[in-house]
Amino acid sequence: MSPVSQTHSRIIYDALKASGVRLMSALPETWLVHLIRMAEDDPDMTLVRLAKEEEGVGISAGAHLAGVKSAMLMQNHGFLASINGIVSCAQLYHIPLLMLVSYRGEFGERDPWQTAGGGVTEDLLRALRIPFAYLDRADHVAPRIAKAQTLSLSANKPVALLLCRDLMWEEA
Amino acid sequence: MTRLEALTRVYPQLEPRIVVTIMGAVAAELQSIGHRPNFFYLQHAMGLASSIGLGIALSKPDRQVVVLDGDGSILMNLGGLTTLARYRPKNLVHVVFDNESLLSVGGFPTATSTGSDLARIAAAAGVPRTCTVTTIEEFARAFGEALEAGELTTLVAKVEARGPAGYVTDLSLLENRFQFQRYLRS
Repeated sequence: MSPVSQTHSRIIYDALKASGVRLMSALPETWLVHLIRMAEDDPDMTLVRLAKEEEGVGISAGAHLAGVKSAMLMQNHGFLASINGIVSCAQLYHIPLLMLVSYRGEFGERDPWQTAGGGVTEDLLRALRIPFAYLDRADHVAPRIAKAQTLSLSANKPVALLLCRDLMWEEA
Repeated sequence: MTRLEALTRVYPQLEPRIVVTIMGAVAAELQSIGHRPNFFYLQHAMGLASSIGLGIALSKPDRQVVVLDGDGSILMNLGGLTTLARYRPKNLVHVVFDNESLLSVGGFPTATSTGSDLARIAAAAGVPRTCTVTTIEEFARAFGEALEAGELTTLVAKVEARGPAGYVTDLSLLENRFQFQRYLRS
């Protein structure tokens, strides 16, 4: 059994659905496995599996222009890989993005290869002036996702929710 | 064939369709023929025009979408071809104008000038219909067939490395973006 929390993944998924999200782009990473399977099993969700996360910026931009609400599931290294698209598509053209970013490389991280990206994620979000909040407790998942999407749509800009270890991982 | 000739020739077929272009010469030349509210020009974010086209095609399956791409742009997002092929929207026609160079930034040659074959790359990625054309007649015929085929097509058009005198037009980026959104949602 994977220590990735199925219960909390379900809460996140249901909150995205409740916010009207009907298209998700995703590139697999350990913490996202349940969320991706939920999207896969949901006939009302269009799941777009990517080769690289930056594609998701374009796909979400196209969906938004066409009136479809979308979300992007990625690891923080995928956020790093998407930065040009975020800046020169979404920010240049004032396009909302709802980014759910698994926050690897923070306290408790055992995989050495995740630690460099973990150390720069928040600084990069601030440098890009992308509003962000943590999802680290089950009880605030639904309201934070709803509020993040509201701001993204009213401001026409990307926002990020950092999926934290305390929410996603069931081991100490 | 020049890109401008090719665009001029198929303009009547572009007119009623959702069109997404890359930046630079393609955008400026299409606007010089005639801007329409159903045309969107991605004036940066090289590589993502095809991804935007995919997002629109999946969101509006009853409308046909034409992406006007270029060799320099698609080379920045070759992985995106595998994503296009994976979902193979029947309502998407992907045209790549291949002038074998990065024309707007000094004309330096791209890898298609040394043999990289974008139609074969697209075919190997799984795009069901692909072809390369070199003359205006071939282009017009292949584009017409792609519109009729009802299957994802990547059409590579070899064009001369010539473009407009300038790339900045009087259509502001945000004006284009909101007009296009309003068109798509109406």
